[in-house]
Amino acid sequence: MKKVSAAKTPVYFFGTCLADMMYADSAMAAIRLIEREGYEVVYPMEQSCCGQPAYNSGFPDEAKAVAWKQVQIFAKHDYPIVVPSGSCAGMMKVHYPKLFKDSPDLFTVKRFSERVVELTTFLHQHAHAVYEDKGAPIKATWHSSCHAMREANCIADSKALLSQLSNVELIELERERECCGFGGTFSIKQPEISGAMVSDKVADVVSTGASVVLSGDCGCLMNITGHMEKENITDVKGQHIAEFIWERING
Amino acid sequence: MASNEKFNFAQSVAEALADSQLRANFRFATDTLIQRRGTVFASPEETNFLRDVGSSMKKDVLANLPDLLERFEAKCIKNGIVVHWAETAKDANEIILSILNEKSAKKVVKGKSMASEEIHLNAYLEEHDKEVVETDFGEFIIQLCNEPPSHIIVPAVHKNRKQIAEVLAEHVEGMEYTEDVDIMLENVRNTLREHFKTADAGISGVNFGIVETGSLCLVENEGNGRMCTTVPPLHIALMGIEKLIENVEDIPAIYRLLCGSATGQRITTYFNMISGPRKKDERDGPKEVHLVLLDNGRSRIMNDPQLGDVLKCIRCGTCLNHCPVFTRIGGHAYGSTYPGPIGEILVPQLEGLNPKGAIATASSLCDACSEACPVRIPIPEIIRRMRDESYGHGDPNSVAGYGYKKNCVESMVWRGWKWSQTSPFMNKVMLKGLALFGKWIPVVGPLKSWMSVRSKPTFGKNSLKDLVKKEGVRHE
Repeated sequence: MKKVSAAKTPVYFFGTCLADMMYADSAMAAIRLIEREGYEVVYPMEQSCCGQPAYNSGFPDEAKAVAWKQVQIFAKHDYPIVVPSGSCAGMMKVHYPKLFKDSPDLFTVKRFSERVVELTTFLHQHAHAVYEDKGAPIKATWHSSCHAMREANCIADSKALLSQLSNVELIELERERECCGFGGTFSIKQPEISGAMVSDKVADVVSTGASVVLSGDCGCLMNITGHMEKENITDVKGQHIAEFIWERING
Repeated sequence: MASNEKFNFAQSVAEALADSQLRANFRFATDTLIQRRGTVFASPEETNFLRDVGSSMKKDVLANLPDLLERFEAKCIKNGIVVHWAETAKDANEIILSILNEKSAKKVVKGKSMASEEIHLNAYLEEHDKEVVETDFGEFIIQLCNEPPSHIIVPAVHKNRKQIAEVLAEHVEGMEYTEDVDIMLENVRNTLREHFKTADAGISGVNFGIVETGSLCLVENEGNGRMCTTVPPLHIALMGIEKLIENVEDIPAIYRLLCGSATGQRITTYFNMISGPRKKDERDGPKEVHLVLLDNGRSRIMNDPQLGDVLKCIRCGTCLNHCPVFTRIGGHAYGSTYPGPIGEILVPQLEGLNPKGAIATASSLCDACSEACPVRIPIPEIIRRMRDESYGHGDPNSVAGYGYKKNCVESMVWRGWKWSQTSPFMNKVMLKGLALFGKWIPVVGPLKSWMSVRSKPTFGKNSLKDLVKKEGVRHE
């Protein structure tokens, strides 16, 4: 099944904490998509979370300790670090150097950050993935996570991959650039505001008539599908882009 | 304006969210403002270049502020402007009152000024028997209702046309209910005209103070600013000390950034450059011009390299329009002069973290504000800093109320989280625990909040770590 090419440098995979807790299948699909392009995937077992929850909640020391753990774990090889989340990739690329700006470890951290690449950017720009859609015609809509859009800058790559799936009709959300209201601990510190935001997002999703809402970020998906389930909206499901592509190209 | 003692953010948020008319009004307004901005800043390359220019211009000003202020003061004095320095809001109010008293001025017309809102000038002057008339249309409306502004640029934006028609019919003498905007405007214009004619003094804000020439720039659309600063015999301008621009040639860039960001205009209808009182051979203009330079905590803010960025703000309000939280709760819920993202980073610094630090929790850190900010203030980063400071993780000397939210429970939760994310053994225990017992976690605290609008999360039987091993992915 694997066609590992000796000419291609292996890549590291950072699965994210949500993949460990709730979205293991999506992350596994991401690993399969990378392997499909001939790269060997190396998964360090001691990895955990990017540290963003504490970083955004007023606990920078805890965030820094967790971030440093990831930097150390991925230090054995100089491989690119592929991350199936724009938000975690953004944290590791953009915010790690800020967390360590006054530390003697800054340059080690910077070297780590430079190796981080979001999954769809890796598949599109580095691996030049080409997909053949074997699935039945389907209407899908796409939710851009804020940090995928504004930190990892990977939305064009995600959409470029989706556009190769010939039987998928992508219907854009009316307010694609607006936050779904997740925001990590924001969703539990300001539940009413977050609730108002996700309720508007779900209304937008439903009005597209799509049967699936895709995203590159499990945090947003957990929020959107959680609200849909609560509201008994059953004709739209939520799925991570990696799992969706993997299913489509395998029929 | 909600006073700090009465400030209850959770309650104001709940009330705002429950008001469907309010939410519709804000959604309509912010959509319109975002769309208009988009037409003026259609080219991302040009816009980003301009934002770089604006950002470095303001950065330079802040880096040299003490020197620039002295040069500016000297130029203003040379132009015949009387300059006053106000260290606190109280000082500013007292200075303005004493100028008015000295001239026996009773009635004041006012142009829109956020600095005057910041120091609660109207309430202070009214307490001292002055008649204060707001002359910006939006400010005029909310003054009639005795409400504070709900937006930095469009103060009555929380009201729709019908609600404004009702306010005018109720409060303006001789005015009947009409939704015809032209008739409403004409009536208000006639009412204001009388006030301009009879006012003893005009008070305005300042958008840019030009150091090179000692000029006060006032950006506006209604002409009321020009009337306030030219018709009455006395003009008092109130300006935050950070509002300086070094040279006249810097103005086109920063003015374009302000207009485009604030209202989606290329230029405003009026751009006033006030360079002193009426000269001997001139027939109009005020006989005296006073400038009150307001510090009110700005010098302290400036001393912190990260927090100081908040002073780059040109008060365009575009971060409010782009904020998904502001759009839903509106300006009043923040209980502060400056609402929205800029308020979240400025107000806790001006008024202290306790209780205003609470407003910094009202952000999903989506970065929409910093993406739009014309002077590239890293708003989300400073929001994070406010949160750090609230829990006592930062600089004990920079913001009042440092560590006010510090508590054992949260500290322990995050310490436990850190343990579970740095110790592979604890991580395994946590993941196994969630897989086996996750569905029995009691619905209290954070989970209860989560489940108020979402279903209970389902934890997977396998972690990715389990799958990686099972499926033979190389792991080490």
